[in-house]
Parts: sequence; C-alpha cells; structure tokens
Amino acid sequence: MIAEAPSVYNSRIPGILEMLYNTSILRGEIMTHVTNVAAVKRHTNTSYRQRNLWSGFLFGLGLVAFIDETVFHQLLHWHHFYDKSTTDIGLVSDGLFHAFSWFATIGGLFMLADLKRRSEWQIKRWWSGILLGAGIFQLYDGIIQHKIMRIHQIRYVDNVIIYDIVWNGLALILIFIGLYFLKQSRHSPFKKDETNGEY
Amino acid sequence: MENTNIDYSSSHLAILLIIVFFLYIGAVITSNRKSHLRKWPFIRCVFWFFGILSVALSLLGPVASQAHMNFSIHMAGHILLGMLAPMLIVLAAPVTLLLRSLPVSGARRVAQLLRKWPIRLISHPVVATILNIGGLWLLYTTDLYMMMHHNLLLHIIIHVHVFLAGYVFTASIIYIEPTAHRYSFIYRSIVLLLALAGHGILSKYIYASPPDGVPRTQGETGAMIMYYGGDLIDIILIFILCQHWYRATRPRLIQQTQSFGV
Repeated sequence: MIAEAPSVYNSRIPGILEMLYNTSILRGEIMTHVTNVAAVKRHTNTSYRQRNLWSGFLFGLGLVAFIDETVFHQLLHWHHFYDKSTTDIGLVSDGLFHAFSWFATIGGLFMLADLKRRSEWQIKRWWSGILLGAGIFQLYDGIIQHKIMRIHQIRYVDNVIIYDIVWNGLALILIFIGLYFLKQSRHSPFKKDETNGEY
Repeated sequence: MENTNIDYSSSHLAILLIIVFFLYIGAVITSNRKSHLRKWPFIRCVFWFFGILSVALSLLGPVASQAHMNFSIHMAGHILLGMLAPMLIVLAAPVTLLLRSLPVSGARRVAQLLRKWPIRLISHPVVATILNIGGLWLLYTTDLYMMMHHNLLLHIIIHVHVFLAGYVFTASIIYIEPTAHRYSFIYRSIVLLLALAGHGILSKYIYASPPDGVPRTQGETGAMIMYYGGDLIDIILIFILCQHWYRATRPRLIQQTQSFGV
C-alpha cells in the first residue's frame, strides 16, 4: 500500500538507507548522481501519475469502509457485528478488509501529503482513484461479502433485495464516474512541462 | 482462597511497578547529566508513566479483581495490558535510555546482547506476530482460558506473555529504538496488516463461540471491546509507521539539484 519511490529518483534502498537515516549521522547528506535527467523525469512522471491514482484508490476504499462502519453499523444499526450465517471465509475476508481499510485510509492520506510536498498532486487523477476505490470496494462488499460470504445483510428487513440493488447500483455509478475521470486524466498533458526544468 | 493469593501478590506487583517507574526516572536524570547528549524528551517520561499505569490498571484494582468473573472486563484488561501498555512503553524508548545512561563499556555490552540471535529471532516481525496473535488464538480457542483461572502460575505466565509479546510485536513494527536488523516499510506494513486481521478475525470468532464458561452476552460484549479497542490502538500504530515512511522518503534530490544549479 505504500509505493516505493522510484529508485533512481530517491535512491532509497529499503533497509540500508532506512538504517542510515535513522542513525541520523548521514541524515541530509545522502546524494544521488543522476546522469540522465530527462530519463529520470519521464520515469518519475509516469510513477507519480500512478501514485496519484493509488493514493486516491486507497483513500476512497478506506473512506467507504469508514462510512460503512460509522453510518451503517454504529448510527443506523442496520449492519450486524456478526451474522450466524457468516461463512468462515467471510470472517477472514471481513477481518482482512477491515484491517486493510484502516491502513488504506491513513496510508492513502500520507501518500497524498507526499505528492503535495513534491508538487505532484494531479487532482483529477486522484479523484478518479477515490471513486474507483470507493466503488470497487462497495461492489465487493455488496456482492461478495454480503451475498456470497454472508457476513451480514444491509438491513434485516423483508425486501432486502431493494437495498441490495441501490447499494450495488451506487457502487457501479461510482466506478463509471471514476473510469470517466481516469480517461480524462489520461488525455490531459503532463502537469509538469518537460522543458520547464522544474521537478 | 485463590483471591487472597492474588491479592497478596498484587501488593508486591504494585511495589515492583513503582520501582520500575522510578528506575526510568533515575536513568533520565543520569542521561541528562551527560553534557554531550541531548536532553531526554519529557514526552517519553509521560509515555512511560501512562504505560506503567496501564499495566497497573490491568493487573491491580477493580479490573483485575472482576476479570475472573466478567469476560468483558477481562477483555478491557487485555487491551490495556497487551496493546496500550506495550505501545506506550515502546514510545518511551527504554532501551535507548538504558544505552544512554550506562557507562560506555556497559552500553556496548548491552548493544552486543541485543544483536544476539535469540533477540533477532524474537524481534523478527513475523515471529513477533505469531507469538502475539498466535498466543491469543491459543488462549481463547482452547481450554487454556479456563485453566488460567484455576492455576495461579499459569495465570502469571499468560499475563507476562501477553504483555511481553505485545511489547516485542510493537517494537518489531515501529522502530523507535535502535534496531539491529531492520525490515522495509512495506514488509512491516504487510505484517502489521495480517496481525490486525488476525486480531479482528479472532474477535468475531469469540463473538460467535466464546471460551467455555463465558456467558453469551459477556462473550459478545468482550468480543466487541476487543475488536474496536484493538482498532483504536492499531490506528495509532499505522499512523506512526506511515509517519516514519513519510519522513524517510522526503525528497532529497530537489535540494541537491538546486545546490548544483541544474
């Protein structure tokens, strides 16, 4: 969930540099020799575009999981903590996604902070990530976790199918808007002008 | 009869905890006397105080005395002893303080000891996770939980294990202290993620089938305390881990190219 920085750009060899950094002796004194600036720039540009998408995706996923927990579990009490018909795989999937959603929310926001301090935040691409993350997780929750793994139902009423249709329909709408934004952000020129020399 | 036994040991425990608290304060004073070292941050003393307090709250007083009868209270104690106290104590950086307050030769010996293979093995993120989360699965899904209440020695061993495993696990995920063998952020993130999932799954498993002798309602409340209480601590752990990543990956090339005038 935490994307590695491109190696040429940051020279962060996991472990070794981390250790050096933490010993604080070499803090701020680590230098990288870059011979081909243009190549690095091209490399980082694609990598930042991906990171914008991932940051949004993770945050969107976490946000939906958070809304699910606060609104549907805690405030409305529609969802149940545990349902007797829950399958074992459902329990595992729920545990993994619950843990992952916390990680995604916090990690996604730190990735955003990282993009902003590098002046590489591409708003449209980031939003497409949010919508895709939110939509895909909601669809997974609505179809796989609610229906197939039977973790719990949306609400314990007779016509739960109506709730299911609205839930998953909303998820599909989020995904489609996200895909539309993604397509648009693909056509938009790079945020940073290559001749600008600033990156 | 058992209760008097535990009460008797609890006064010893209280004295022990007070001694441990003042040992730390003494070490802080020693460390601050050394003029070549920076002053020990006051906030770490605060972490240490609340860490010891969490241990005390979980093992002494009303929480400890009712934990036998009431599973929800037992779970609240578990969160205090196995998650909150270890996190606070890791943040207080007692090993760093020890290394700073000892004379150089002593500090060197301790540092050598910390690099020995048993320490390296136990503080490996995966091993620490198995000791921590695996231990909990063993405790709550077998007869161990029942046996714990009838055997004082087992009671003590399990509580010491819960605390130590929590400490080693936290220390293996967030690097506050000098750590000999370090693992990458992504590696520790994945291990932490799996540990959280293991904790969450166990909570829901307990909700569905509480240990023998635990009434249904208590089992359900206890499971929810474990699930949401665990979440609270985990959010802080994730935040610290991400913050360390954020600091370590701060852009350096920008400064370099500017100074080179590229």
